[in-house]
Amino acid sequence: MTLVLTAVAALGGLTLVLASLLVLANRKLHVEEDPRIDAVEEMLPHANCGACGFPGCRPFAEALVAGDALPGKCTVSAEAGRARIAAYLGVDVGAEEKRVARLACAGGSNVARHRARYDGLSTCAAAAQVAGGGKSCFWGCLGLADCAVACDFDAIHMDPHDLPVVNEEKCTACGDCVDACPKDLFSLHPVSRRLWVACRSLEAGDGVLEDCEVACTACGRCAMDAPGLIEMRDNLPVVDYARPHGTRVPIERCPTGAIVWLDPLHGAVKGAAAKKIIRKGALRDAPT
Amino acid sequence: MRAGGLLGLKTFRHGVHPPEAKDETRDLPIRRFPFAPLLVVPLVQHLGRPSLPVVREGEEVLRGQPIARPDGFVSVAMHAPATGVVRRIALTPSISGRMVPGVYLEPRPGSTQEVMDGTPCPPDASPEEIVTAIQEAGVVGLGGAAFPTHVKLAIPEDRRCDTLLLNGAECEPYLTTDHRVMLEQRDDVFTGIRYLLRVTGAERAIVAVEANKRDAAEHLEKGLPADLPVSVEVLRVKYPQGAEKMLISALLGREVPSGGLPLDAGALCVNVATAAEIGRLLPHGRGIQERVITVTGPAVRDRGNYRIPIGTPLRFLLDHVGTADDVGRVFLGGPMMGAAAPSLDVPITKGTSGVVAFTDAEAERTHRHVYPCIRCGYCVDACPMFLNPQQLGQLAAGQEYGAMADEHHLMDCFECGSCSFVCPSHIPLVQRFRVAKAAVRKAAAKAPA
Repeated sequence: MTLVLTAVAALGGLTLVLASLLVLANRKLHVEEDPRIDAVEEMLPHANCGACGFPGCRPFAEALVAGDALPGKCTVSAEAGRARIAAYLGVDVGAEEKRVARLACAGGSNVARHRARYDGLSTCAAAAQVAGGGKSCFWGCLGLADCAVACDFDAIHMDPHDLPVVNEEKCTACGDCVDACPKDLFSLHPVSRRLWVACRSLEAGDGVLEDCEVACTACGRCAMDAPGLIEMRDNLPVVDYARPHGTRVPIERCPTGAIVWLDPLHGAVKGAAAKKIIRKGALRDAPT
Repeated sequence: MRAGGLLGLKTFRHGVHPPEAKDETRDLPIRRFPFAPLLVVPLVQHLGRPSLPVVREGEEVLRGQPIARPDGFVSVAMHAPATGVVRRIALTPSISGRMVPGVYLEPRPGSTQEVMDGTPCPPDASPEEIVTAIQEAGVVGLGGAAFPTHVKLAIPEDRRCDTLLLNGAECEPYLTTDHRVMLEQRDDVFTGIRYLLRVTGAERAIVAVEANKRDAAEHLEKGLPADLPVSVEVLRVKYPQGAEKMLISALLGREVPSGGLPLDAGALCVNVATAAEIGRLLPHGRGIQERVITVTGPAVRDRGNYRIPIGTPLRFLLDHVGTADDVGRVFLGGPMMGAAAPSLDVPITKGTSGVVAFTDAEAERTHRHVYPCIRCGYCVDACPMFLNPQQLGQLAAGQEYGAMADEHHLMDCFECGSCSFVCPSHIPLVQRFRVAKAAVRKAAAKAPA
């Protein structure tokens, strides 16, 4: 009996001592934190996606309260949510233009060939390690959906031709797809950039059409039609988005449709001169 | 740690023994190969910076004439594989799948194809002169890695190399190029060793030969020059015996520290074929314009060892030797560490030691269902680097690449494939590790310095 009592007393005493230590520590080491940080964090979407440029929602909330950032940076929040935070903190919303991920390839399986049959691990990252993957075009999309898997917002789905399609509504420009793509085909752009070069092939001449029917052949017509706005660099047109770029003129004479107009309603629109592609099934592979 | 092993032959610990499959070609002498109608010479055949072309489109070049110069120290010169006309300087397909700058050369059919000589570099030249001559000759590691040899030989002031190891292990199944080179180019090998000993200042050189090439070892031993501190050592047949770190552990009983180089263990490893090329080229001031390649595999008709011009497209090569109708998979290099050819348009480069072709049926046989890991530990017993492929594989499946690199020495894996080879569940471990290594490198490149 004494044994039990001793044990209870010893443990009870120990508990008391340690508890009082904790109480003391809590008093002495207390850090005064702005209560608004918690409130603001509560109003953020908790996606921790990093689209704002901060490591997560908490650091972003701290920056908001400190005045280092504006609520508009959070592209994931709805308009009302951003306004609520702005009203709570008494700051400007900071109208940031919505940005979205854009894919610089249009070579789906109905227009682009495979030069080899890849049958290893079914991810783009793995395929890219085996001689760059099975696609004939070294720069092209491998179509194994690493980006769609990486997307936390269900904004990327694969179309019937194994090409990722970005849903501009859902995309928050978090940049996960940019990191996931082993071919570096994704980049983040303001939605107002509608003129888009959907090709990364550095090859010049009609030879590339053997590999992909919508590749850029580096003919340079778009650059001729929009001098100053478009410049040919490394056999690819480069759009200078610092200039006014709301024109469809450059796409009109493109023979392959490598430069497109991304219409908010109709998707990618090709120019009048682009070869029409009505093929639904997969393109037969190149003879080996 | 040196292990005695079977019959008292030296070897390393762990490793595997895949079927050797060398009998078909081991006794076939090296044959010459015709020139393809269009040679494709990539300017990135080595690890390092691309060479810079010194010829123009339309220019006539002589066989052996330099067509590209090294761009910086970690780069080598490139030489015309044939007398002919430079048709185009444009992007060329390469084994890595990447499109790289290159030179399209059309050999002149009527030419005698004599090789142009340059400034000879005698074996008693100064070490610096020899290093430069090796770079100008475009010599890279012919075993497969294609690392510029002169970079390896430029030993820093504070390091010393006491032993030069000549790698004639040729542990990859199917390949018999080093075997034939040792048998047919003995004098070139020894001349090369003479250059290499002079450059490195090593006290001795050891030629390492696996026991399945005893004829080559005996042939070398009979011709040992009296004035060279060279010996021949026969090693047990085991894969990956020919890896630098395994050779050093087998022959010297030393261990190369994690992340270190052979020099950290006082040794340097050079492939025998590389030594033979140095011995063949430097006395004439020539450059590499061809190399010995084993063309073999179940899908190849006229199997053999060929001296093939650099830049020969794979399609021409396979057409010439004749293949089965259903070539399904072509490996450049051996089947263990070689690369699957992305297309038949890729050319032979300096790093291609073999072309092994399998039929569709054969390739289909190796395409097996992947089962879950049963933790049998076979991979742990096979890994020559003493890593834990099982643990690494589990982490890779969860994309824990940081933990793989920081806690489990991922970057020490040199992708020999022993773990994948023994895995009873057919888990593609090496492919997972390659993905992980690429991710780790990408993260390191992104991180602020």
